[in-house]
Amino acid sequence: MAGGDMFRRVLGKTLGFLGYTVQYGCIAHCAFEYIGEFVACSGPSMEPTITSHDVVFSERLSRHLCRIEKGDIVIAKSPFDPHMNICKRVIGLEGDKICTSGPSDVFKTHQYVPKGHVWLEGDNLRNSTDSRSYGPVPYALIRGRVCLKLWPPHNFGALNQSPTGRIVKRSD
Amino acid sequence: MAQQAGAGRRYVRAFVSGFFVAVPVTVTVLDRFAYVARVEGASMQPSLNPEGNVTGSDVVLLNRWSVRNYQVRRGDIVSVLSPKNPQQKIIKRVIALEGDFIKTLGYKNRYLKVPDGHFWIEGDHHGHSLDSNSFGPALRTPWRARCSVKCCVWCSHGVSCQVFGVQTTQMNVVWHIRGFFFFQVSLGLVHGRASHIIWPPNRWQRIEPSIPPERMPLLNWHADATEDEEKD
Repeated sequence: MAGGDMFRRVLGKTLGFLGYTVQYGCIAHCAFEYIGEFVACSGPSMEPTITSHDVVFSERLSRHLCRIEKGDIVIAKSPFDPHMNICKRVIGLEGDKICTSGPSDVFKTHQYVPKGHVWLEGDNLRNSTDSRSYGPVPYALIRGRVCLKLWPPHNFGALNQSPTGRIVKRSD
Repeated sequence: MAQQAGAGRRYVRAFVSGFFVAVPVTVTVLDRFAYVARVEGASMQPSLNPEGNVTGSDVVLLNRWSVRNYQVRRGDIVSVLSPKNPQQKIIKRVIALEGDFIKTLGYKNRYLKVPDGHFWIEGDHHGHSLDSNSFGPALRTPWRARCSVKCCVWCSHGVSCQVFGVQTTQMNVVWHIRGFFFFQVSLGLVHGRASHIIWPPNRWQRIEPSIPPERMPLLNWHADATEDEEKD
């Protein structure tokens, strides 16, 4: 029967198409989840390293293998709104002693980063809400490490070191 | 010979193409839809692991699709990534959501408001008995104290335990320790909602959300007038 044949062919093609969609969708998920993703940044808190509307590539392998280090720029979920992401630099890892008082304060206060947490600060210290206001951030909220700037093209390439000098020296 | 080489190449191609279908699909399903995990420890007794690890731990099915938008309800049992160890997952019950006022037992602040973007989880188990063999002779002297974070095996979760009673038998000292496991965690750490217990077979059941009545939140800051509950 001609009608039945055509129906079976259309069904076969549709199922094949769906199968390919599922397969490539899963491969895309694995790539974005375990290799890296593209992120468009907005906000002034990481100037001059990253300005608003820059596009960067953040790789996920360091986070899954727990190889995030001091001085890395990371993308993390905001502790107060899980739908928002924040882009900051890692200043201290667990166990480090962070100086939380301002440069003009007479009495210096310190805080230790608890186990399993990191201390994040933006490069633009005057215009950044970061761990100085909301405290250390759990490591598990980190999504990835920013390794390459992709846009604008004249700034393409690796990112600069921290301009603030706030990274905690190795503590013995 | 040529036929064998051809058949071998066909098998290799079939294996490779099968591999590239099976692995991404499995990883995507485990990441986005459902996850299976064995429950260890006694902090959720009697709901999970009622006999401890003696007769075998419970295995639960975690629904990851239902928490994709970080929507949890009070009373759910959820698994979260541990804020103390990013490679460990802890499974506890949700007691309060953001904006709730709760009365804490043993935490430094008696009453507290759960901040935005966070939720409050607790274990169901409210008491333990412990043998001094686990701690050694140093703790044989009975004393009423708040133990520090490092000395208690359950305190590795970072909460306070109160030693409140001692029974001496001939061979060892049994400590009654009221250990209470509670956390305030960020919503971004939620991993999955435990929906069913799937092993052992005599414990097949659907897990229903429920809060012990004495642990209900006192009131909610963000709730509208129709949903407000005020308790004394």
